[in-house]
Amino acid sequence: MTLQATTYIVVGLTFAIYIAIAVMARAKSTSDFYVAGKGVHPVLNGMATAADWMSAASFISMAGLIAFMGYDACAYLMGWTGGYVLLAMMLAPYLRKFGKFTVPEFIGDRYYSHGARLVAVLCLITCSITYVIGQMKGIGVAFSRFLEVDFATGLFCGMGIVFVYAVLGGMKGITYTQIAQYCVLIFAYTVPAIFIGFQLTGNPIPQLALGSTLTDGSSMHLLAKLNKICVDLGFAEYTAQKWSTWNIFLLTFSLMVGTAGLPHVIIRFFTVPKVRDARFSTGWALVFISILYTTAPAVGAMARTNLMNTIQIGPVGSPTGNLAYVDRPSWFTNWEKTGLLKWEDKNHDGRIQYYNDKNAAFAKKAEGFGWKGNEMVKVDRDIMVLANPEIANLPFWVIALVAAGGIAAALSTAAGLLLAISSAVSHDVLKSVFMKHIDEKQELLASRIAMAVAICVAGWLGLNPPGFAAQVVALAFGLAASSIFPVLMMGIFSKKVNRAGAIAGMLTGIGSTLLYIFLYKGWFFIKGTAPLIDNHAHWFLGINPQSFGAVGALLNFVVAFAVSSMTEPPPEHIQALVEDIRVPKGAGTAVSH
Amino acid sequence: MTSGELYWKKNLRLMIGCLIVWFIVSFGFGILLVGPLNSIFLGGYPLGFWFAQQGSMYVFVILIFFYANTMTKYDREFDVEEE
Repeated sequence: MTLQATTYIVVGLTFAIYIAIAVMARAKSTSDFYVAGKGVHPVLNGMATAADWMSAASFISMAGLIAFMGYDACAYLMGWTGGYVLLAMMLAPYLRKFGKFTVPEFIGDRYYSHGARLVAVLCLITCSITYVIGQMKGIGVAFSRFLEVDFATGLFCGMGIVFVYAVLGGMKGITYTQIAQYCVLIFAYTVPAIFIGFQLTGNPIPQLALGSTLTDGSSMHLLAKLNKICVDLGFAEYTAQKWSTWNIFLLTFSLMVGTAGLPHVIIRFFTVPKVRDARFSTGWALVFISILYTTAPAVGAMARTNLMNTIQIGPVGSPTGNLAYVDRPSWFTNWEKTGLLKWEDKNHDGRIQYYNDKNAAFAKKAEGFGWKGNEMVKVDRDIMVLANPEIANLPFWVIALVAAGGIAAALSTAAGLLLAISSAVSHDVLKSVFMKHIDEKQELLASRIAMAVAICVAGWLGLNPPGFAAQVVALAFGLAASSIFPVLMMGIFSKKVNRAGAIAGMLTGIGSTLLYIFLYKGWFFIKGTAPLIDNHAHWFLGINPQSFGAVGALLNFVVAFAVSSMTEPPPEHIQALVEDIRVPKGAGTAVSH
Repeated sequence: MTSGELYWKKNLRLMIGCLIVWFIVSFGFGILLVGPLNSIFLGGYPLGFWFAQQGSMYVFVILIFFYANTMTKYDREFDVEEE
């Protein structure tokens, strides 16, 4: 059987599973639709959260990002996991105790204000829409790369599948498909990593293989060898720090706070039966996420080692030290076709030279070898995961599985985001402002329609991505960190912060973060409109725009406390509400709709 | 101090303790002290690099379960468990 046919069968099989789950997990009430009836087992919710959280970018691009960034990628690894500690201790159990359906609903009740609720809806929709555009793109890319259909067809296929289970099942359908999707994606991610780790070091556990000795006879440690290969070809040492400590620190912090403030993640913890389940479930979510996130550094380092060893077959500078182009392996040819790898014979010797020609000292030395520049003019970072099974000569079914895994990662995150958006629209805007008197059945219908509309809007945005699509992830995290996280945390840990303080804080957080990003990236990301130059020398206090979320959050806190201290304290019943959410007792009865 | 206030105080103390560890392993060992720690080796891993790309994540997981377990105990002790 051909690879193409195997891929279609494996991917088709996973789709059949998702649809079957959708049919079994239909939503019968608004509680089913918004929070899966609050009946999800904490371990299963942990799995669903992991799939919700890990997007196409985590699955396809992260290992490549690490491979080329080396140590500095720790900002992403720690930032995207450390936020769960904040979530477990500062938000999840208390918001679960509160026991309602959406994040803006808590903000509206705690700050006794429709205004605050609507500002929260605005923050939520801005950050979820920006995030979902990237996922829609991810779905299109995953389909087009793996199934060789065009981008739009792939996107429509993905939308169709999400449509079936999200509209039918709401949170309930999404939860159970996410559990299945987690199993597919983690299996697809770890199997090639185990094989490659074993081939390189004899250790089948990727997390240990990365710290092991190589079996190539050199008896060197993998990381030491990789450092040497990198330095020999003019690159920086793999384990060395390249960014400033300040920026790594700030980016890590912003990503942590942003992670804890992303509404599509927070609402997952509304689905468990009890407060204590919410605490443990966050732990399980991080277990399942960490399985991938601790494997990714191993995949990145091993793939980079393999890539460089494939090209530099002998000593640097010797005439036969570089791979002849005609001898290139079949995976190289395959990925050249997709444009992810590109070679240009600059010195016409028919051999491939891959080195850092931006390193002036090394470039000079390379001239002495007769090298005329780096000939690997394009090495897309996604190649590190996509080509891995082929580099390791794994069977077709593993390659097909990677395809199914990438698609699962993209679908699960998109569905989670779409639910956060549609429930905010139907529950926080329609039901609470415009159509107060609709009954539960009508609200369920409204939420299904909102979901259908959200899918179409997201699909349209995926097909016609605004120019800023590449910047949006930084924006989503920045907005979640600067607006949503602080206001939720203050709502739980302070009885003094009041309506005026919360609204002023949220607007300051969002406003300052948007302003700072726009100043360097252009107004609404329109090219050429940026008043300031986007590089290290010109950043205010050396703050990278993608790390500004932490500063925005700080401003939010300061303004909220200042305004609250100058205005009237929250009324008695709100202070009682805060007292009440701080203890688990009575969570079952807190649900009233 | 009422029992409710004591429960909240113990919760805050536990949370702050956990967050100090959270800060030390990630921002401390993984970022601020990564240079000096990299001269120590854990197998083939420079220690600072290990904390930054592996160890801090393991500690995060342990911290959450430690917190959740201790809070379950407190819930029982102060009789604020869910029925």
